[in-house]
Amino acid sequence: MYAQMVKSTGKGVKSREEMTEEERHFQDRVDADEKIEPKDWMPEGYRKTLIRQIAQHAHSEVVGQLPEGNWITRAPTLERKAILLAKVQDEAGHGLYLYCAAETLGISRDELTEKLLDGSMKYSSIFNYPTLNWADIGAVGWLVDGAAIMNQVPLQRTSYGPYSRAMIRICKEESFHQRQGYDIMMKMAKGTPEQKRMAQDAMNRFWYPALMMFGPSDKDSVHSAQSMAWKIKINTNDELRQKFVDQTVPQAEYLGLTIPDPDLKWNEETGHYDFSEPDWSEFYEVLKGNGPCNTERLEARRKAWDDGAWVRDGLMAHAEKRAARRTAAE
Amino acid sequence: MSKEWPLWEVFIRGQHGMSHRHVGSLHAPDAEMAIKNARDVYTRRNEGVSIWVVEAKHIAASSPSEKGPLYEPSESKVYRHPTFFDIPDDVGAM
Ligand SMILES: [Fe+2]
Ligand SMILES: [Fe+2]
Repeated sequence: MYAQMVKSTGKGVKSREEMTEEERHFQDRVDADEKIEPKDWMPEGYRKTLIRQIAQHAHSEVVGQLPEGNWITRAPTLERKAILLAKVQDEAGHGLYLYCAAETLGISRDELTEKLLDGSMKYSSIFNYPTLNWADIGAVGWLVDGAAIMNQVPLQRTSYGPYSRAMIRICKEESFHQRQGYDIMMKMAKGTPEQKRMAQDAMNRFWYPALMMFGPSDKDSVHSAQSMAWKIKINTNDELRQKFVDQTVPQAEYLGLTIPDPDLKWNEETGHYDFSEPDWSEFYEVLKGNGPCNTERLEARRKAWDDGAWVRDGLMAHAEKRAARRTAAE
Repeated sequence: MSKEWPLWEVFIRGQHGMSHRHVGSLHAPDAEMAIKNARDVYTRRNEGVSIWVVEAKHIAASSPSEKGPLYEPSESKVYRHPTFFDIPDDVGAM
């Protein structure tokens, strides 16, 4: 997802007997759907796992601006341009809500940024794919934001208060993102043969990367088991992926687009679509840094950070000078 | 690494004559910029008509361990709620 393969303690879920008094009390609160707030006692593993997960989510929102930002200046109409600008600005906001949530766990935003830039923290694999033409902007809104929504909606119920509140704000804004993407796809798919071909081509390239967003099957993962016990993960990756496929197939049919999977078919017995798994070796390569745009994305973030340093420092110096002058005048 | 901008807590009054409510936090060099940033981060869809910002370090908070001494005393004072009193129906609305 926006947070993929987040490692938890790796030790598996403790039984009640193995838990300390504090851990048992904490788990009872989580089980009772009480929200955990920043000053409450929490296991160290919970705090660390949450920092990793929320930060990875935040980094994804921020890096996710790049593939779409790529088309702002070349949007086909002024209206599309204004819409895309608003969408990308929302993603910046999502990144900020989430950094704030992570900061309540005792890490600063600048530290998180440094960890993204030095490669020790990740962002979602999906943003390492290029947006080659305008139809890709439609496909990103429809499929990428669509997949993100699948994961974010249940996370509104996560146990950590600040994270849950950030997710609620984000979810309010996401459906605009998916709809504007689908709206672009409708225009293209019902347009000239050339536009329709572009829409199909975008679908072909984004389908499997979108399925990869949910991460590989984690039904046997000790990390996921712990995260689910702590309610910082609500569904398994396979559950969410299936939900996404079931929701997306009729939408593709409406557009008259073909999902690039010859084995995709409705399964009467399960009441779900059967579909092919993405190529997981490609996924691991992208995570390792070998996707089509990994280098470009990180370079763009590093450049923004370095080029902005004098602005950050200048404004800080100005603020300090003014504060000192005020104190002197008092 | 240069000095990080301080953290500000943001409070916004919604459209409907409500109190200012905490909505989140952000970083900014000073109060003026904090308000400008809060406008961009927290009111992109008309969520507010007024913004307060307070530097986070100036907020004092009660601690979770004080929960008992702080809030338990009011638990036994049920007579503070109107439902404590039985008023006959004949009296009419009260
Ligand atoms: Fe987002
Ligand atoms: Fe989005």
